[in-house]
Amino acid sequence: MTLPEIHALLAAEFGPDVIREEEATGLMPYLVIGTSRIADVCRFLHDHPKTYFDSLSCLTGIDNGPAAQTFEVVYNLYSIPYEAPLCLKVRVSREENTEIPSVSSVWKTADWHEREAFDLFGIRFSGHPDLRRILLPEDWEGHPLRKDYDEQERYHGIQVRY
Amino acid sequence: MKSFLDSRFKTGEGGVVLTTAEDLLNWARLNSLWPMGFGLACCAIEMMQTYASSYDLERFGIFPRPSPRQSDVMIVAGTVTFKMADRIRRLYEQMPEPRYVISMGSCSNCGGPYWEHGYHVVKGVDRIIPVDVYVPGCPPRPEALIGAILKLQEKIRNESVIEPVAAKQLLERLESAS
Repeated sequence: MTLPEIHALLAAEFGPDVIREEEATGLMPYLVIGTSRIADVCRFLHDHPKTYFDSLSCLTGIDNGPAAQTFEVVYNLYSIPYEAPLCLKVRVSREENTEIPSVSSVWKTADWHEREAFDLFGIRFSGHPDLRRILLPEDWEGHPLRKDYDEQERYHGIQVRY
Repeated sequence: MKSFLDSRFKTGEGGVVLTTAEDLLNWARLNSLWPMGFGLACCAIEMMQTYASSYDLERFGIFPRPSPRQSDVMIVAGTVTFKMADRIRRLYEQMPEPRYVISMGSCSNCGGPYWEHGYHVVKGVDRIIPVDVYVPGCPPRPEALIGAILKLQEKIRNESVIEPVAAKQLLERLESAS
């Protein structure tokens, strides 16, 4: 299916408001989905016989910086039988308590990807079975891939900077 | 007629070798340096290659041990992250004395390419444990690691049982303070 077809399919199922933005040009065309509906949209695209996005190639976070005050989460889906990719995005506020519905119930692989986004950006996913840090130690302070990250002075008595 | 084994290995006809206890201990230690079998990053690939047949570390009496309790030397081969630092410190503490550390490669020496932006990398393993020999390189070739081992052997050869360097330095410091 092409991007306009998927757009139409989603609009028919969830209403036109679910798609906040569409970028049809460029190397990676994408749809920006309403944050609260992302898990439902993913479940639908995963199950629907015409789309069948059975694989989540990647899930990653982007920090747009303190000026823009937004995070993005990018979902790279792939349909193995149709050999078709799709990129979805959600855009959320950078505030501490904002949550994005977890898609780990749709694709098991999202579990660790979401943990990574949480570890490095501090993005929270609601409904995630085990949202802990995955790469950094449990007692690390801060989220290093944030644009305004400052490393801590010491970790367990060891100086962090050179 | 004597069997082959009897003709090769005579018994009851041994000579006597005289030496000092110190030389004997040092000789024994430096010729059976057992490293702890662990690696942290790409340097470990070079280290494994050094153990293997082309470079054959066993000719120096060196072969990796699976436990710190049986190890004499720790080859820190690779990037030391803060998450790993606690484990390395604990493994070092579990090794029986006398124990030695070879820091292999730029990451372990000083943080290497992660020195500026690597928030997760310890900028030199000597910030957590004492290092005897540093091997430069990214990663060092097997020859360089062998060089470090020979350097360490040289260091052990000159060690004294009755006058450990650390104790001597401590005494000197106490004397100068008083």
